[in-house]
Amino acid sequence: MPPLTRRRALTAGAAVAATAGLPAPSASGHSREHGHSHGHTHDLDHDHDHDHGAPEAFDEVYLGRRIQGRPLAGGHHHGGGYGVFIDGVELHVMRNADGSWISVVSHYDPVPSPRAAARAAVVELRGAPLVTLT
Amino acid sequence: MTVRKNQATLTADEKRRLVAALVELKRNGRYDAFVTTHNAFIMGDTDTGARTGHRSPSFLPWHRRFLIEFERALQSVDSSVALPYWDWTADRSPRSSLWAPDFLGGTGRSLDGRVLDGPFAASTGNWPLTVRVDGRTYLRRSLGGGGRDLPTRAEVDSVLAMSTYDMAPWNSASDGFRNHLEGWRGVNLHNRVHVWVGGQMATGVSPNDPVFWLHHAYVDKLWAEWQRRHPGSGYLPTGGTPDVVDLKEPMRPWNDVRPADLLDHRAYYTFDTD
Repeated sequence: MPPLTRRRALTAGAAVAATAGLPAPSASGHSREHGHSHGHTHDLDHDHDHDHGAPEAFDEVYLGRRIQGRPLAGGHHHGGGYGVFIDGVELHVMRNADGSWISVVSHYDPVPSPRAAARAAVVELRGAPLVTLT
Repeated sequence: MTVRKNQATLTADEKRRLVAALVELKRNGRYDAFVTTHNAFIMGDTDTGARTGHRSPSFLPWHRRFLIEFERALQSVDSSVALPYWDWTADRSPRSSLWAPDFLGGTGRSLDGRVLDGPFAASTGNWPLTVRVDGRTYLRRSLGGGGRDLPTRAEVDSVLAMSTYDMAPWNSASDGFRNHLEGWRGVNLHNRVHVWVGGQMATGVSPNDPVFWLHHAYVDKLWAEWQRRHPGSGYLPTGGTPDVVDLKEPMRPWNDVRPADLLDHRAYYTFDTD
């Protein structure tokens, strides 16, 4: 797990306002494939994963919050070995048999990709910090 | 004998007693243990691994037992209380009496989804959310906010017409009655109702909203209706299925009950329509 960030102590309103410059949950290395901010809310991504293989990593600022996804090894993850983070805190995600994805904050509403699950979570959270997975 | 009634038919006194029992379970900590259990299963049940509470044939008997346990907890507070059910095909508006201030309270305000009226509003001090996936401690809803309507009776009937209980691969990709009722495939019944309510009901900690129990009591009733329509169809699979609870296998977390023990609800309660 990433270390506790200052972000998690902020109030919801402050979290919306303060966006950039947070440390990545991973040490370093993976490229920021789509590092620019997306102000739109398209949920039909151009990075739909398919039934074969793990989806690619992503890293962007969406509605003022940093969302990241990357393949992980082992652990308690049920997203086919894929981890998603919002402002550095892991969001529990899960891959369905048909290749769609859900997260613990939107658990009954499948979306096409882990990036779409992360964006849906940002919308649902309305600035609130995630609780660290236990 | 416990009789589960349609929530729309409850008297003012029945509503008052149910609410009081819910608040007492919340106060003494027993309520939150149910939320914790549900979230543990919803995060642990996977299509490609062990699956018990969701996305599997045991979705229905698991929730039947879960509701029986919860109803017994309520009855330990007030023995007159039974779980009512919410027929969301009939009471399908945020203006339904279900959401009135004397029962569950209404939808959340647009700013932050916070429920402002009824006995479970955060301002009462009686309903703090302690089992959470995010920092918000207040009950939230967005009734109908997702833009999709609740299922219709015709959609329910189309699912009740499916004569096979469940099918391989016994998960969210399955054809058959169970998965169509659960909603991962087809017209989407159970899952869509969680999404329609919004707030915590759309998350893994959905039992934080008391409507969880009324929703699942109706899903449970639909299982009973299906059995009546298809007396020759039984629970499947019946043996030797990896990661899946077969008919006569014990079910976690109780380990003292099998789907076979839960097929006939009349051993535990009846419905007002039985």
